[in-house]
Amino acid sequence: MTAHPAPQGLDAHLVVERGSFRLDVELTAAPGDVVALLGPNGAGKTTALRALAGLSPLTGGHLRLDGTDLARTPPESRPVGVVFQDYLLFPHLTALDNVAFGPHCQGAGRSEARRQAAVWLERMGLAEHLGAKPKRLSGGQAQRVALARALATDPRLLLLDEPLAALDARTRLEVRAQLRRHLADFEAVAVLVTHDPLDAMVLADRLVVVEHGRVVQEGAPADIARHPRTEYIAQLVGLNLYRGRADGHTVRLDAGPEVSTTEDLSGPAFVAFPPGAVTLYRDRPTGSSARNLWRCEVAGLESHGDQIRVELTGELPLAADLTAVAVAELGLHPGAPVWAAVKATQTHAYPA
Amino acid sequence: MTSTAHDTPRKARRPRAPGRGVPLALLAPALLGLAFLLVPLLALVVRAPWSDLPEQLTSPAVWDALRLSLVCATTATALSLVVGVPLAWLLARTDFPGRSLVRALVTLPLVLPPVVGGVALLLALGRNGIVGQWLDEWFGITLPFTTAGVVLAETFVALPFLVISVEGTLRAADPRFEEAAATLGASRFTAFRRVTLPLIAPGVAAGAVLAWARALGEFGATITFAGNFPGRTQTMPLAVYLALQNDPAAAIALSLVLLAVSVAVLAGLRDRWTRAV
Repeated sequence: MTAHPAPQGLDAHLVVERGSFRLDVELTAAPGDVVALLGPNGAGKTTALRALAGLSPLTGGHLRLDGTDLARTPPESRPVGVVFQDYLLFPHLTALDNVAFGPHCQGAGRSEARRQAAVWLERMGLAEHLGAKPKRLSGGQAQRVALARALATDPRLLLLDEPLAALDARTRLEVRAQLRRHLADFEAVAVLVTHDPLDAMVLADRLVVVEHGRVVQEGAPADIARHPRTEYIAQLVGLNLYRGRADGHTVRLDAGPEVSTTEDLSGPAFVAFPPGAVTLYRDRPTGSSARNLWRCEVAGLESHGDQIRVELTGELPLAADLTAVAVAELGLHPGAPVWAAVKATQTHAYPA
Repeated sequence: MTSTAHDTPRKARRPRAPGRGVPLALLAPALLGLAFLLVPLLALVVRAPWSDLPEQLTSPAVWDALRLSLVCATTATALSLVVGVPLAWLLARTDFPGRSLVRALVTLPLVLPPVVGGVALLLALGRNGIVGQWLDEWFGITLPFTTAGVVLAETFVALPFLVISVEGTLRAADPRFEEAAATLGASRFTAFRRVTLPLIAPGVAAGAVLAWARALGEFGATITFAGNFPGRTQTMPLAVYLALQNDPAAAIALSLVLLAVSVAVLAGLRDRWTRAV
């Protein structure tokens, strides 16, 4: 990399080795950035977060925040705030004292710390819950107290570990919108860890996808959603993804068959298309305009929102989304032979 | 003991499966064990010289022994808390070479005959002991056969109970609360004082009760290290034993007092106990 480390913001190369697992992730962000570390369980996201917070030691690399080297700084001396996955609000303290804990540790007097905490909680819309103990708070309220507690220390780096994972679906929607607003107001660097692509795309300006301890793709959410480069990301964003070699409007897939595309490319390429673009036939269609036609077999069916997702094996393994009516009319069941068709205009090819 | 009104609904009552009685092979030994525990206590109550009791219990000798017992047991518990809670934290939260050995040594007094503990204390803190001779020479402090000696003997026996109990509670407590405190700027000591200690308070209280009860009943180490001087080192158990030689009625009366104290402590802390566990 030739880029010079920004004097402001986060400049980190996190290397943590533990047994056979090795985390090796480069992470840079400017003040005001919200970066999401996205990856499957066990990819090393939480390890990266703990390394940033100083809760796990780095075994290599470096960590600079606003130009200050933090690699050897203990967690209590780092200007880093953390919202933990299950919040870890101190159960014996009220919401107010939970939030006042940080300012008090940083040297504010008890009443000054409480005054600051009250301001934060009011900003979070929790003015009526200052005296409540954590177990009396709802999930959404606890999440906001945890955020207020982390922000009250005035961190230069805010870390959020699966900030919405502990919430039920309805609360999640509401809290996600609030969190987005608070993160937009936050003027320093925010890094959040999640395995939920929706959380990542709504909350972050930039995604860093981590698999097996390494960064596999990095970029703006829209770009990653359109051009996934690994099977994991393709599944997250709901696309069928194949790698192959392009020659004009045809991509010969590593998996065997060819796919016609509208893009004109040459060399290694990815081809992606959404499961909704797939049409299934029991008999080989004759009048179909689709040039991409494969002989497949139904491997499994599961409901997916208001649609049914059909997993297919055969010439080309793929996922297709059909309505329940279509599934019934086609009489699909595991083992049923089908023809799968995709129009060239529905596929999307890009260089690998 | 009557159960208090508010703890009844908490207990989940499981309906018993029909036709599935308790097998005799389990019931018989269970009842035998229960009887073995209860009959001696019953005997104590049945054979108590109830008519002489007021006279027996108002004698100044009894009050001296009881007061000394309570003061020494409470002081020993306080001493155990001051050194025992940090020791438990060290064992539960840090990793140092030989930690399991230290842990084993801490538990040793649990299984050591108290008399041996008393002898060991004499060799360490006695006038010619490896530490005691310096205490005597430099500070003029003599510990054996003093009230302070009683406290030390009781602490020696009670401390392991506290350490083991608190260490167990610490291990069960989520260490991530301490991490959360650290990310908020708390040093390890501040995190311990303001977060961990309040969280493990019920476990500490349970450990303190165990230690206090153990200290109150301490006999072997006390009589070996501190002797048996009425008013100075003669605690209740020592008084009971001595009285049994020449005045059995007095011994029974004293025993009844100790039994009453034990029952009172258990009743008073029952709620706290069940919540702590």
